[in-house]
Amino acid sequence: MIQTVLTVNGARHERRVEPRLLLSDFLRHELALYGTHVGCEHGVCGACTVLIDGRPARSCLTLAVQADGRTVETVESLADGAALHPLQQAFHEHFGLQCGFCTSGILMTAAFLLEQNPDPTEAEVRAELAGHLCRCTGYAPIVDSILAAAEPLRARRP
Amino acid sequence: MKPAPFAYHRPATLDEALALLAEDEDAKPLAGGQSLVPMLNFRLARPSALVDLDAIEELTGIRIEGNVLVVGAMTRQWDLEQSPDAFPLLREALGFVGHTATRCRGTVGGSLVHADPTAELPVCALALGAELVTSRRTIPAEEFFVSVFTTALEPGELLVEVRFPAPSEPTAFEEHAHRHGDFAVVCVAAVGDRVAIGGVAPTPVLWDENGLEPVGDLFAPAGYKRGVAKALVERALGG
Repeated sequence: MIQTVLTVNGARHERRVEPRLLLSDFLRHELALYGTHVGCEHGVCGACTVLIDGRPARSCLTLAVQADGRTVETVESLADGAALHPLQQAFHEHFGLQCGFCTSGILMTAAFLLEQNPDPTEAEVRAELAGHLCRCTGYAPIVDSILAAAEPLRARRP
Repeated sequence: MKPAPFAYHRPATLDEALALLAEDEDAKPLAGGQSLVPMLNFRLARPSALVDLDAIEELTGIRIEGNVLVVGAMTRQWDLEQSPDAFPLLREALGFVGHTATRCRGTVGGSLVHADPTAELPVCALALGAELVTSRRTIPAEEFFVSVFTTALEPGELLVEVRFPAPSEPTAFEEHAHRHGDFAVVCVAAVGDRVAIGGVAPTPVLWDENGLEPVGDLFAPAGYKRGVAKALVERALGG
C-alpha cells in the first residue's frame, strides 16, 4: 500500500492505496465522487476524463498513485452550489445530453478547450470531441452546447 | 481492480531507476502510461513492478543545440506540440496522436519505445533521421525499431532523450485513420524526398514503391493499404 496525498476539487485527501488502483476507481470508491463515469477502461470512450493539474486526463489510464501530489478536478468542481457552470447551463439549454453517461468527461474536455481556445470554430470543437463517444445525441447538440458556452465563459475571463 | 498486482516505485533520479530495473527483470518502466495502463487493465502486461519515471526531472525538457532539437524522453506529447521550438512536421504529426487527454499524459519517449507500427512519432523519427540517446548509447532511428512493439533497447536500458536534426528541406505529414485520433491505417512523414511510412510493416520503413508489400489487418487489407500509402506519399511529395 502506498501513501498517496492529492487535492481533489479543492479538498486534500490522504489515503493508503494499492498501486494498481486506477484514479477513476479511487475517485468513485474512495471519495464517492460518482460524477466521473467509467466506460471502456482503456482510454477510448472519454467518459472518465478529469483534469490533472489543469490538463485533461483519462482517469482510467492513470493510477491513483500517479496523482500523488497533484491537483485533480472532476465534474463535481464545475457548479457553484446550485448555480450551474456556463457549460452545464449550455448543455441544459441546448439538449447537449440524453442519458448523461458521456457528459461528465465531455464537460471536462470542453472546459479545457475553452480555456485554451476561448473562441473555437465548430471544426475545432468537433476535432476535440473525437476523443469522446456519445451514443445518444448524434453530437450536434453537444457541439451547439460547447459553442454556446464559449461566450459566457469569455465574459468570465479576468 | 483491473490490473494484476504489482509493486510501485517512483525514483527521483535516472540512476535510481536503472538500479531498480536492474534488480528485477520483470519490472517495467512507466512513462505516461497511455499504452501501458490499457495493457495492465487488460492484463496483457503483468509486470512485477512499475518504475514510474515521472519524478526524474533530467528526463523532461525541450532544448535546441545548434540545429538539433533535443527532447527529453519524459516530455509530454502536448508540451512538444505546443512548443515554439518544435518543427512544423512534429507539431503536425502530434495532432494525430490520440486525443488531447492522452497527449497531455503520454510522453514523446514512451511513444517511441512502445514502437506501435502505426504510431506517428516513430515515423517522424525515421524521416528526420533522429538519434535516440539511451542510458548506455546512441542509436540511430534506422536501427531503433526492430519489430512490432520491439526496439533495440536491452533489458534495463532506458531512453533518455531524442535528438531530432532540423530538416533542411520542406516537410509534410499525412495520415489516414478511420476516425480522428484513432490508430492510423497508414501515416507518412516526408523530409524532402526522404519519406517514412507507418502502418504497412512491423516497423516504420522508408518508402520504396516497388518494395512495398503492406501487411494487412482486420480493418485494412494489404491491397487497400498499398493504395492508401501510394496516395498519401503522392500528397506528401506535393504530387
